Amino acid sequence: MADPTTENLGVHPSEAEGVAREPLVLNNRSLGWVTDRICGIVENRQPALWWVLFVPSVALFGCLLFTLVYLVSTGVGVWGNNQPVAWGWAIVNFVFWIGIGHAGTLISAILFLTRQKWRTSVNRASEAMTLFAVMCAGIFPGFHVGRFWMVWFLAPVPNANAIWQNFKSPLLWDVFAVSTYFTVSVIFWYIGLIPDLATLRDRAKGKLAKGLYGFFALGWRGANRHWRHYEMGYLLLAALSTPLVLSVHSVVSFDFATSVVPGWHTTIFPPYFVAGAIFGGFAMVLTLMLPVRKIYGLEDLFTMKHVDFMTKIILLTGTIVGYAYIMELFIAYYGANKYEADAFHIRILSGPYKYYYYCMFACNVIIPQFFWFKKCRQNLWIVFIIVNFVNAGMWFERFVIIPTSVARDFLPGQWGIYNASWVEKLMFLGTFGMFMMLFLLFIRFLPVIAISEVKGVLPDSDPHHPEWEALRKKRRAANKNA
Amino acid sequence: MSDSTTSSKELFGYVAEFESAADLYHAAEKVRDAGFKKWDVHTPYPVHGIDHAMGLGKSWLSAVVLAGGVAGSFTALFLQFFTQVSLYPTVVQNKPTNLFTIPAFFPVTFELTILFAAFSTLFGLLVFIQLPRWNHPLFESELFKKFSDDGFILVIESRDPRFKRDKTKSFLEEIGAGEIEAVVV
Repeated sequence: MADPTTENLGVHPSEAEGVAREPLVLNNRSLGWVTDRICGIVENRQPALWWVLFVPSVALFGCLLFTLVYLVSTGVGVWGNNQPVAWGWAIVNFVFWIGIGHAGTLISAILFLTRQKWRTSVNRASEAMTLFAVMCAGIFPGFHVGRFWMVWFLAPVPNANAIWQNFKSPLLWDVFAVSTYFTVSVIFWYIGLIPDLATLRDRAKGKLAKGLYGFFALGWRGANRHWRHYEMGYLLLAALSTPLVLSVHSVVSFDFATSVVPGWHTTIFPPYFVAGAIFGGFAMVLTLMLPVRKIYGLEDLFTMKHVDFMTKIILLTGTIVGYAYIMELFIAYYGANKYEADAFHIRILSGPYKYYYYCMFACNVIIPQFFWFKKCRQNLWIVFIIVNFVNAGMWFERFVIIPTSVARDFLPGQWGIYNASWVEKLMFLGTFGMFMMLFLLFIRFLPVIAISEVKGVLPDSDPHHPEWEALRKKRRAANKNA
Repeated sequence: MSDSTTSSKELFGYVAEFESAADLYHAAEKVRDAGFKKWDVHTPYPVHGIDHAMGLGKSWLSAVVLAGGVAGSFTALFLQFFTQVSLYPTVVQNKPTNLFTIPAFFPVTFELTILFAAFSTLFGLLVFIQLPRWNHPLFESELFKKFSDDGFILVIESRDPRFKRDKTKSFLEEIGAGEIEAVVV
């Protein structure tokens, strides 16, 4: 290993050259170091950059509140959508945000079930990102129903009309899918937080901080008679979240796929949407975590290995998405359905929104191909630029799917063009403000990396293999002196 | 500290710190073999295999979650069949409302199964581990607080039938404990 500290002390068998995998936590860090470094983010003053980002985020969030008040007080006409394009930016943005959430659940649940231990240093932040993205997503359909104060009609409770919801409608499935997804994500995130909240409680100096962290830590004592149930509960939640996350974007895609609109009515939608969601979500995780890693000095915990894995997942899912784009075109040609063929002709060649398609294809399929090269995966600037192309590309994808299809329906008499109004544009920007604001508050008040989980993957935390204990002892002593 | 107990205060137990996960693991095996019942180890993270070293079996939280999931499925099926088929058949786009509507009812059934199972995980867990409990004698000990940082703590409570004030302390020293603190409440 290149690191001088490890060389002096001998090499841990799990890190030896040849057999070796790069360690998950670099530079022979101790348990105490992990606690100090991660809790330090919460306990110390935030860097100036935090405020530089936080203030505009709050301002944008204010814009969101303003547009919502303006929308409700004036009427739905302030949005640009109308017949034939009733599903404009609101639904585009809903699908965009809900898709971003999927990476968080993939990291926390699917990578947990598949025993990918590197997930421990990214899962907390990406789960937080999931929650905030789903909150942003929920705003759009909530207000898109038109009369926001009637939104409770979506819930299966008896109402004055004595009519129940139509449980055969994909839109109602969506209500159940998204609200279940949010609730389960909150539970998963909170259970994961409990041990770390106890750590913050035990370190807190102020009375208020001690009280609040202590309250939410529920009196956690790290007892093994608790850990064994806790671990089982965590495993079960991962097992529950795995099919859930795959179902959510499938159900979102049913909103389109079960209709008869050409361009929407395709069976490829569920897997295509899920792959796209994971693709876009990983891009957003990297967009958030690369600056966090740099600003707060988390390079030993969130290593280049993590970046490498995540960019590879982006490459894989981006290629699946590219396959889906091309397969859609092929089926439109080969399927001999002239409406479908026409829909795609309009989409990519003759229609008003063809440049959206080109942007989508370039951002999602062509640009991520740079990740085949190790040089690109290891250069953080290149990674950061590419993932932002992906973020934009995924928004274009949803626009290409949603308004393009309804703007050119079966009858030319129904054709129309859709342009978003300033209210919709400001509202979308406002959700970015809300997202950033919540994420910055999360960094400020909660441990951004799962402390107890990272401790569990340190070489020092292994109780077995007595033949390594001498080495572990040497390292602990070196850490104590340092 | 242990000797300064007044008559009004009672010994809760001994808090002992061990140097490493491996030391704690072996100490746990010895405490288990000595026949103690009211004891536990407190660690910053779940130590691999220590359930076995403590003589604990599998956690049956999974049974609670299964029950919750099944309850969720039946709730969803009842909700949908009752409202759509028996109470007020909603015929939309000429789709049937009878037993053959099951495919259309599947997504909501699935989601409620997951939702109920997730809630039973949370509440089942809290019942199993008897939390929240914000006040506990162990929080009086400064040594104990190291569990949430880098301490490997073993606690033997005085209500254990095998607990003896002096003998247990020397037993803990024997099995390799570093610092030992008596907690009084």
